[in-house]
Amino acid sequence: MHELGITRNIVNIVTEQAHGAKVTDVTVEIGKLSAIMPDAVRFCFDVVSQGTSLEGASLHIREIPGQASCHTCGITFPLEELYDSCPCGSRNITRLSGEELNIKDMVIV
Amino acid sequence: MCTTCGCSDSMRPTMTNIATGQTIPLAAQETPEHSHAHPHDHEHRSHSQADHEDHHHEKKTVLLEQAILSKNDRLAERNRGWLAERHILALNLVSSPGSGKTTLLEKTIADLQKEFPVSVIEGDQATLHDAERLRRTGCAVVQINTGAGCHLEADMVARGLESLQPSTQSVVMIENVGNLVCPALFDLGEQARVVILSVTEGEDKPLKYPHMFQSAHLVLINKIDLLPYLSFDIDQCLRYVNMVNTSAQVLQISAQTGEGLSAWYRWIQQHRSIGPDGKGL
Repeated sequence: MHELGITRNIVNIVTEQAHGAKVTDVTVEIGKLSAIMPDAVRFCFDVVSQGTSLEGASLHIREIPGQASCHTCGITFPLEELYDSCPCGSRNITRLSGEELNIKDMVIV
Repeated sequence: MCTTCGCSDSMRPTMTNIATGQTIPLAAQETPEHSHAHPHDHEHRSHSQADHEDHHHEKKTVLLEQAILSKNDRLAERNRGWLAERHILALNLVSSPGSGKTTLLEKTIADLQKEFPVSVIEGDQATLHDAERLRRTGCAVVQINTGAGCHLEADMVARGLESLQPSTQSVVMIENVGNLVCPALFDLGEQARVVILSVTEGEDKPLKYPHMFQSAHLVLINKIDLLPYLSFDIDQCLRYVNMVNTSAQVLQISAQTGEGLSAWYRWIQQHRSIGPDGKGL
């Protein structure tokens, strides 16, 4: 389960940045095309954060839908799968969003 | 075993140098403050309401704006630089379990090590089996056991390189843990990623695991000697690879019979001569 590794990274980064302060909230962005399941991250978060300054903190996950722009017809369209084509049939597209794996912010007291 | 998070000593990553037999723990996956001085003592959590009234807590939002994998990516870049400096070609070999990665490596090392040194970083959740198999070819090999982890990370590869000390202009094969999901996300600092798909799997694997196939530079379709006995549609498989990744090269091979391996060896030679830094050797 790679969500465990991802969650460890979240906890490590936030712990480092909190410099010992108690963290009450963490907000992350997970793209829908990133192959990371938010529910699995939530499950791991409670376990991994135990004994750290994040213990008991609320994890807020913003899911970012996939979007791409087409170089052939010029439209921006939703991307459900990594390998989707534009509705016009073109595969000459640029992915704009959906692959995010970012920590946005934390709340400390 | 720890009843809090299920970790145990056997679940932590370790590295074994097969030549010396020395095994050392790789503590990198542990979070710094999650050091498990068992039993957990959580008295610090038992604040009374009066404590809270004594001192006023002020909440503060701190912007972090950081990629979750930034640490791994930085370490991977460091590995890439280390390898480039020494003109070493490192390949990250990924596949599902049982695709024939280790057999392919045995054959490849036996055939190529007369021309240049090949060493191996072998990743598995547990056992030294594959490293011992590869050791018999005469190459230098370290085994990394990832324990609870399902993929290699850049810091493990850094430790593996430190232990192997590969010579300049050599080739390092990194055999990742058999898994088509997790290794896709973790850059190890390799020059190229090679996905191995055997014909005993479904031809739609590229669509089912698009991240892995999308990140591949080369796709090896292995066990083609078994095609007469299977209903595997190789043309459909090639179309699926192309749907996910238009730039990956695809080679059809059999590590067992040797069919198609000369094209794989030419591919390695071409990438050696390019050099990890894009310059010639």
